[in-house]
Amino acid sequence: MTERPDRDTTATPGGGATARRGGTTAGPVIEVRDLWKSFGDQEVLRGINLTVLDGETMVVLGPSGCGKSVLLKHVIGLMKPDRGSILVEGNELTGLDGRELKDLRMRFGMVFQGAALFDSMTVGENVGLPLKEHCGIEGDELADLVEGKLGMVGLAGASHLQPSELSGGMKKRVALARAIALDPDIVLYDEPTTGLDPIMAEQINQLIRALQRKIHATSIVVTHDLHSAKFTGDKIALMHEGRIEFVGTMDDLRNSDNEAVRIFIARGYASDHRTAWESRGERQ
Amino acid sequence: MRNSSPIPGNAIADAGAGLLGTIGRVAIELVTEVGFASILLWRSTLALRKIGRSMPLVIEQARRIGVESLPLVIMTSVFTGAVTAVQAAYQLKDFVPKIYLGTAIYKSVVIELGPVLTALVVGGRVSASIAAELGTMRVTEQIDAMDAMGIDPIRYLTMPRIVAALVMLPVLTVFADILAIGGGFFVSNASLDLSPKIFIEGMKMHFVARDVLGGLTKALVFGGIISLMGCAAGLRTFGGAVGVGAAATRAVVTSCVLILVSDYVLAVLLFKIIFGE
Repeated sequence: MTERPDRDTTATPGGGATARRGGTTAGPVIEVRDLWKSFGDQEVLRGINLTVLDGETMVVLGPSGCGKSVLLKHVIGLMKPDRGSILVEGNELTGLDGRELKDLRMRFGMVFQGAALFDSMTVGENVGLPLKEHCGIEGDELADLVEGKLGMVGLAGASHLQPSELSGGMKKRVALARAIALDPDIVLYDEPTTGLDPIMAEQINQLIRALQRKIHATSIVVTHDLHSAKFTGDKIALMHEGRIEFVGTMDDLRNSDNEAVRIFIARGYASDHRTAWESRGERQ
Repeated sequence: MRNSSPIPGNAIADAGAGLLGTIGRVAIELVTEVGFASILLWRSTLALRKIGRSMPLVIEQARRIGVESLPLVIMTSVFTGAVTAVQAAYQLKDFVPKIYLGTAIYKSVVIELGPVLTALVVGGRVSASIAAELGTMRVTEQIDAMDAMGIDPIRYLTMPRIVAALVMLPVLTVFADILAIGGGFFVSNASLDLSPKIFIEGMKMHFVARDVLGGLTKALVFGGIISLMGCAAGLRTFGGAVGVGAAATRAVVTSCVLILVSDYVLAVLLFKIIFGE
């Protein structure tokens, strides 16, 4: 990956990647081109086009069941498309298999919707698994690294706990710590605030933003939560019926005449957070 | 209200078609599962290259499949041996000398009852457990998470279970054989009026190593079937808790069916073709 310029850590959320990097132009890290996927008769992805620039956080916004998570799983190679291509730094991902795909995936971190923690392992073993498997790190060194990652998500000292002992928010934090264990270049978030109460969702949003500043990774956040999108994203892509209907900043989204955008906002997705959003005013 | 055919003949034909449809669906499901298990076996065989790194996982699975199944195997074997002694004594009395009771118990246990009953009871426990565990991991995206980290779920989850079952089923079968013969020996002495010396003499008279070898070969194959069908059902799970339950049931049914079918195939192969007359 090309070296990224340092970010302005005082930048406000939603300020845009270009603005935060002092106007430098970043190249595309992920390019999704004309991606199609069907399950039986149901077309889930219908010609998706999306470009995510280096260091940028792209939020894919859309109602539940519109295919956002399916898109994310294609980006990390967990699903094969019917047609179309996905380029990661110019390298075609859809044709990769075996060793090449594994090497590429090691540069990704992914936070799953339900956290997907291994319930037969402790928190520490969950976070340490990629380090142990890929780097051969064990013993005290592994314990120190795991503790460091857990500290980044505010869970220092929790490595001995079982996932069943954690709250929903803590599970998401552990999933975040596991996703950044290998210091990935790209982090994917699948509905990071779903199933959490508004206060915990707010904390997770802040944590995502803080981690983006710390690890400088290119990110894709998939969510149906408008407030989460506003808080975490540099750019918003609105997905509707298997297509990307809109790409732009949050300001562009609010001022858009696109029918799908108007309907999405009007129907009040993430209405739980509307008051909080409005009370914050125009954060940017 | 459900529509029923006004003509009795048609109702019977509908019922027949329904039955055939069910049999067809079960057969397709069985063939699909076995096909998927074959691919899994091939990929697990390739993953054996990294067995050194997976040894702690193999040992953990050996403990879960082998050691934790031991109480069940002990109970099943002791009573199977005891029942075999009583039944054999009843069937052989009046026309076969009592010395052959030891022979009958040893032969039936080592060749057939030991490996098959051990496989059926362990299969019920282990294949359901593997299917439920992997099925839960599948529906909660834990397997996707593993894949996303660049860790091969076949090497990490499937291969250790298959290797452990291949090792532990013959070991459990040896235990089962010894305990079943012990059960038969005890009952023969306690209630069938057969002295220990005569029982052992009967066993020694027709002892051949190929009987033991044949029984353990069966156990090895059964171990592969149990673990493979458990893994296959687990990895093909979808649809939440209901899907996990269905996967566990499917694993037990396919394991038991394949154990019985392969028992016949192995009996012909081993005792008619390979060991011959």
